[in-house]
Amino acid sequence: MRELSLHILDVVENGIAAGGNCIWITVEEDDKADQLKITIRDNGRGMPIEKLQRINDPFITSRTTRRVGLGLSLLAAAAERCQGTVRVDTAPGKGTEVEATFRHSHIDRAPLGDMAATITTLIIGNPGIDFVYSHRIHGEEFRLDTREIRAEMEDLSLSDPIVIHHLTESIRSSLKQLTSNKNAP
Amino acid sequence: MAKLTIDDLKKIKEKTAQLNSLRDGPSSTKITVHMGTCGIAAGARDVMNALMEEMAEAERSDIRVVASGCMGMCSSEPNVTIEVEGSEPIVYQLMNANKMRQVFKRHVLLGEVQTDFALAKM
Repeated sequence: MRELSLHILDVVENGIAAGGNCIWITVEEDDKADQLKITIRDNGRGMPIEKLQRINDPFITSRTTRRVGLGLSLLAAAAERCQGTVRVDTAPGKGTEVEATFRHSHIDRAPLGDMAATITTLIIGNPGIDFVYSHRIHGEEFRLDTREIRAEMEDLSLSDPIVIHHLTESIRSSLKQLTSNKNAP
Repeated sequence: MAKLTIDDLKKIKEKTAQLNSLRDGPSSTKITVHMGTCGIAAGARDVMNALMEEMAEAERSDIRVVASGCMGMCSSEPNVTIEVEGSEPIVYQLMNANKMRQVFKRHVLLGEVQTDFALAKM
């Protein structure tokens, strides 16, 4: 995958497939520690520990449509390529947390890419699932919680294409502002 | 802290208020974008975004969009399935943003199946 945001989209879909109805996505960019950290947590059914020991093995998968599962192993490869790590925390009934770290300045680190498109793609494609997205750059935070938005919107559907369009623009401009704050002296 | 403000939401609400009444009706068309690892790597997110733009322009209340997983035909991803009520579901293969726009305008809105892009009838 060319962008880390595509990995995020992929791992979140795993969480939804595991029966989660709320997904927490956190992106932290820390220049001082030279680290980019992505955390994806779901409240789905989790998985037994034996499966976890071999998450990097693409032939371990719970899917039935084909015999190879690539999502997590691709993410692990992307992280290891730039001196990062992937850690998975899970237990049956407890949900799953995937944490990937990357060396921010590493030449092989894939760009984060279009996070706004990832978030709105998730929202429109999965009505009924809530997402909490938090993006921190240098201590400044952008936060989006679909549970709050749903409460504000009352009768309006979040998957309405016009709402989605405005949401995409709004996320895009907020993230741009965050990045430009970082670059300011 | 940057945040989606209540004002933003209100603006969105005003803009969509006039359409809202139309969107509550039953859906006659279901569009499924397959978003497994294979689909995402092949460009399903771009397809989904193009679809969202077309939907925003079309102002049709009876079209539902969902994301689903891999259906086992990874080599023909991105796949999109269109189910129009009363006719067989059509699976499109090797989609991209432009093909998605064409399929939406011709198949979904006008009912002309785009056989050039189709993989199968189901």
